[in-house]
Amino acid sequence: MRNFAWRRLETTLPWLVILAVFAAWECAVRAFDVAEFVLPAPSAIFASMWEWRLPILTNAAQTLMTSVLGFALAVVIGVVLGAALGASTLIYRSVYPLLIGFNAVPKVAVVPILVIWFGIGTIPAVITAFLLSFFPILVNVATGIATVEPELRDVLRALGASPLDIILKIGLPRAMPYFFASLKIAITVAFVGSILAETVAANSGIGHLMVVASSRFDVPLVFAGLLVTSLMGILMYAIAAWVEARMTGWAVRSVPERSGPVAAVVPS
Amino acid sequence: MAGGRCCEAGAQLEWKTSNPAESDVSHAYVELEHVSLRYGGADGTLALNAASLSVNEGEFVAVVGPSGCGKSTLMRLVTGLWQPSAGQVFVAGNAVSGPLSIAGMAFQNPTLLPWRNVLDNVMLPLEIVRPHRRRLRRERAEYEARAKALLALVGLGGFEARFPWQLSGGMQQRVSLCRALIHEPRLLMLDEPFGALDIFTREELWAILQEVWMARRPTVILVTHDLREAAFLADRVCVMSARPGRILISRSVDLPRPRTLESTYLPAFTALTHDLRTYISEAREQVHA
Repeated sequence: MRNFAWRRLETTLPWLVILAVFAAWECAVRAFDVAEFVLPAPSAIFASMWEWRLPILTNAAQTLMTSVLGFALAVVIGVVLGAALGASTLIYRSVYPLLIGFNAVPKVAVVPILVIWFGIGTIPAVITAFLLSFFPILVNVATGIATVEPELRDVLRALGASPLDIILKIGLPRAMPYFFASLKIAITVAFVGSILAETVAANSGIGHLMVVASSRFDVPLVFAGLLVTSLMGILMYAIAAWVEARMTGWAVRSVPERSGPVAAVVPS
Repeated sequence: MAGGRCCEAGAQLEWKTSNPAESDVSHAYVELEHVSLRYGGADGTLALNAASLSVNEGEFVAVVGPSGCGKSTLMRLVTGLWQPSAGQVFVAGNAVSGPLSIAGMAFQNPTLLPWRNVLDNVMLPLEIVRPHRRRLRRERAEYEARAKALLALVGLGGFEARFPWQLSGGMQQRVSLCRALIHEPRLLMLDEPFGALDIFTREELWAILQEVWMARRPTVILVTHDLREAAFLADRVCVMSARPGRILISRSVDLPRPRTLESTYLPAFTALTHDLRTYISEAREQVHA
C-alpha cells in the first residue's frame, strides 16, 4: 500500500514542480511589478497563447513537421553510417576526424549557405534539424557496435559467422540501448535546429513567429512560442522514451514488471 | 633442444609419460605440429614456441600451465581464429586456414546475449552454422525441443524463458555450455569455463560436463589452471611451459568413469594432482632460471 502511494507521488511530483515554478514566476512578476516587455507573467503568456492560438498551431505544425523530418533523416543516416563506422576500424579511422570537424561547425553559420542553395522555407529547416541530430545517433550506434566483446566475437566466428552475421546478431541489438538513448537527445536538438533555421530565414514556423513577435515587442507571444516549442520537445522525448522502454527493457534490469514476478507468482 | 630438455625433466620426475611428439599421430583429430605464434611483428612477444599436441577423436584433453603461458592462444589457433607464425594446425585431417565452423567454444565469461532469453541464447549457433541456419525456420519446433532437452540435461529445465541477468553465475555458465553444444560440434574448446565460479558450483559443473561428454563423446580441449579440474575431467592432461609456451609433457589419467567427487579424494587422484603441481612449479622456475 505504502509502495502504491509512493508511486502516485512519484508520478504527480513533476507536475507539482512545474506548477510551483509557474506560481513563483507569477508572484515575482506581480510583486516586483516587472514590465510585460521585459518578463511577462505566465498568465499573460497563456492569454497570448489563447489569443493567437490559430497562428501558433499552424506554425507549430510546420516546426513539428520539419523537426520530425530532419530527425527521421538523422535516424536513417546515423544508423547506417554508425553501423559502418562501428563495424570497420578502417572506415572509423578515415571518416571520424572529418565528422568531428563537421560537427564542430556552428550550425547558425550553415543556415545562410543552405538558404543560398535551397531558398527560404522548409528545406533549410529540415537540413539544420538533421545536421544537429544525426551526430549523437551516429556516435552511439558506432560505439555500441565497436564494443562487442572479443570473446563473443570469437564464439560466433568459430561457428563460421560472417562479419555481417556478427553485426546483425550482436552488433545492432547490442547498440540498441545506446541508439535509443541517443534518440532522446536527437529529437530535442532537432527542434533546436528547426527553430534556429526558422529564426534566421523562414516565412513560417515557431521560430519565424517568435522573430515577428519580438519585432513588434509582443514579448508574451515570444514566450508563448518558447512554451509551445518546449511542449513539443517534451512530447517527442516522451515518445522516444516510451519506445526505448518497450524495445530495450533487457538493458534496464530493475524494471519491476520483469524482476518482480519470480517471487510474486508463487502462491503464498 | 626444447625436446631434450623436456625428456630430461620428465626423467627427473620419473613419470610414466609419453612425449606428445612421439605419440601415434595417424588417428589424431586435432594435431599441432611445432606451432609458434608471435604477436606484433618480428620483435613481438613469442606466445607459443614450437608447441606440438595431438588429440584423438572423442578424447578429453586438459591443458594446464602457469598463467600467461599461451593456453588461450592455443585455443584460438586450434579453432582457426588466429593463424600460427610457424608450424601447422590440422583438424580432422585438414590444415586449418580459417575459422572452423564445427567447433563449440565456451569461455570463463559466459558471454550470453542479455537481450535474448535462455532458450534463444542456446539457439544462437543454429542461426549461424550451416546447414542448420537454412533449416531453422521450417524445423523450429524440433530444434527448440533439442535445446530444451539439452538445458534439462544440465539441470536448467524450466528456465528457458528467463533472461541471463535473472540467473546465477553457475547457471549462466551452464547456458554458455549448452550454447557451445547445441549444434553437436565434434570439437569442443573450453577456455577456463569454470574459472569465475566458486568451488562448489565448479564441482557441480564438472559432473555435468562429464555427463554431457560421456553421452555425446565430442573431442574436448579444456584449458584450465585448476589441476583438480583437469584430473577430474580429462583422459589426458598436458602441461605447458611458461611463455613462450610449449607442451612439456602429457599424462593420461587412468581413473575409471564416471568419476565422482569421492574419487577426487582417492590416493591415485591426489598423487596425480600433486605430480602435476610439481611439474608446474618446475615450469615456472624455468622462467626465472
